[in-house]
Amino acid sequence: MTRKQTLLLVAFAALGTGLLPGQDITIWINGASGKPALAVVDFRGAGSQQFMTAFNSTLFSDLDGSGLFDLKAKSMFPLNNPQRPEDLQVSDNNQGFALADWAGTPVNASHLVFGYTAAQNGALVLYGNVYDTRQTNVQSAELMAQRYAGSMDQAGAIHIAHEFANDIIQKFGGTGSLLGSRIYFVSSRGAAKNNSEIWVMDWDGNNQKPLTQLKSSSIMPAVSPDGSRVAFTSFALGQPRIMIYDTTTLRAVPFYNQEASLNAQASFSGDGKQIYYSSTAAGGLSQIYAAAINGRDFRRISHRDAIEVEPKVNPKNPAQLLFVSGPGGQQIYQMNSDGVGVQKVTNGEGEAGNPAWHPDGQHIAFSWTRGYSKGDWNIFVMDAGSKQFVQLTHSEGKNENPVWAPDGRHIVFASTRSGTSQIYTMLADGTQVKQLTSQGVNKSPVWGVR
Amino acid sequence: MMKTSKRVTLTLAMSVVMLASACKKKVVIPPPPPPPQQQTQTPAPPPTGAQRAVISEFAVEPSTIERGQSATLRWNITGAGAVAINTGIGTVPAAGTRRVVPAETTTYTITASGPGGDVTASATVTVTAPVPPPAQMRPAPTATFESLVESELHDALFDYDSNNISDSARTVLTANAEALKKIFADFPRATIIVEGHCDERGSAEYNLGLGDRRSTAARDFIAQLGIPADRLKTVSYGKERPACNEASEGCYQKNRRAHFSAGQ
Repeated sequence: MTRKQTLLLVAFAALGTGLLPGQDITIWINGASGKPALAVVDFRGAGSQQFMTAFNSTLFSDLDGSGLFDLKAKSMFPLNNPQRPEDLQVSDNNQGFALADWAGTPVNASHLVFGYTAAQNGALVLYGNVYDTRQTNVQSAELMAQRYAGSMDQAGAIHIAHEFANDIIQKFGGTGSLLGSRIYFVSSRGAAKNNSEIWVMDWDGNNQKPLTQLKSSSIMPAVSPDGSRVAFTSFALGQPRIMIYDTTTLRAVPFYNQEASLNAQASFSGDGKQIYYSSTAAGGLSQIYAAAINGRDFRRISHRDAIEVEPKVNPKNPAQLLFVSGPGGQQIYQMNSDGVGVQKVTNGEGEAGNPAWHPDGQHIAFSWTRGYSKGDWNIFVMDAGSKQFVQLTHSEGKNENPVWAPDGRHIVFASTRSGTSQIYTMLADGTQVKQLTSQGVNKSPVWGVR
Repeated sequence: MMKTSKRVTLTLAMSVVMLASACKKKVVIPPPPPPPQQQTQTPAPPPTGAQRAVISEFAVEPSTIERGQSATLRWNITGAGAVAINTGIGTVPAAGTRRVVPAETTTYTITASGPGGDVTASATVTVTAPVPPPAQMRPAPTATFESLVESELHDALFDYDSNNISDSARTVLTANAEALKKIFADFPRATIIVEGHCDERGSAEYNLGLGDRRSTAARDFIAQLGIPADRLKTVSYGKERPACNEASEGCYQKNRRAHFSAGQ
């Protein structure tokens, strides 16, 4: 166990696996009995072989990226593998057609993922199977045997690979789903100096495209729980104002901005019906406000002599609100949503910001300079109850704006580790870091269910 | 000390601007110097038996005109049987005047014919191009306003995570207020944007709130010095628009600023 993992003695209790406080995140991710060891064969295609490279790499990458599995090295595989359940034999002398060939050394897999695709009536059809290699009876070994259909092209092959992988992940206890989820972010790509637009991409980095075309500075997006709305801060009218876009029509929907020098950093409540934001409407310091989804019925929540920004309401408990404030260096605070009961969440070391609730409402990811110089941000995860925390990045550039994926196991964040700010995902234990963007400057990602 | 030198600079700048704008209005192409008055009388020819005419006067007044204006030829001749002026004027009395409107520089020649032969004299009218109409007046010389804002108003700098007006910021803002009084006197409808900026180290979100504090603190300070607050708009850019991009304290300090820019 590495030091980092040992440190993760955080109460990851309610992360869908029913673990108790004090257990290791590696156990949380692995499942209580250790990671299932998957042997994922290279699928072949009947009339669709030209798409199988994309299919196989997507399937492997999704399963590996989930952090739920120990994926066995293909170099250890037998020469043959079954493509259909009827190919399975009870024993075949290590030729690869018996489940026992995969259960024993050198593969040591607990489960075999196999199948094939075929061009069928103009569609790309996948026959996907997952069998428990430790069962002697082929019938009782079947865990999954499902059929999927996609378009007869590479996009279709990638799509059915995502679907199959997602079902396998769910089968093994994965909560939430990345399937169809998208990441919204700020990009300078193609924009004039000082301008930026809100962009969107698939969670694996594909299909990157602009959501807004305001030819202004659009920053700090938030996505509604159902993925239908993106709120962001716009400079199109001069001073910062909140705008909300429909993610399907790509049009603005009305939002009433108070008369103020600053209305910014909108975020959504767990039921999607309230907007929390920061505003100077009372004159003076920016304070926390809540309003209906159209900006009406607004009410001031905080009354403190400090700059207050980044309100984030607990998705499971609307009475609990995180925010970022001074004085004396920015820290993460919490308060009741009526403004009372203000207390520090971070312990006052360094500077802290960017709190993001885990879907379980019990854990947060955030940025902190603790242990480093001012401005050297790293990603941390904290149990909101016990305040125990663990550091996920270690000064590989500046690492900011962590946001949880809908599956609760992944985190998207911005990092300058490649020189400029780009968008990355990682598992919640800090492993499996993947760079999703590379063109222009890309920052402030948020992860929507669609 | 600083205040005085600032005022001098401004006055100088203003007079240069006024000079420049005066020039722009007229755009006078200085006319070429008028040629020497051509009132040459042909030297008296050697006396002959016959009496020659005498041109006692042939002049044009004024000798330089702008195109479209007129000049007057005046002549007085004795002893001539016939007097004529070229350029299509033709026969004229022995003494008289004639208004001419030449389109370009023209030399008029008068010829007096008498029994003793012809005598001639010439006079030239120099025609200059008329002054072009003044350039279209722009509603407000925006570029000038913007350049004044850029040259006369300076950044007030702040400490880290602070919107306190330090002594040095106080000096800068006081000078800015003085300069603004003069600028607003010349541009009575113009507005100024007081931008609040931060260095790159705090979070973007917190810095948006901090930049707002800096812009309003700077605005309030100069408003209290007599600059009408409704001419001063604020905007916080947080750390979105750094003036300097290096990771050094020198650069951070430049970015922690209230910056003054021209409004719409």
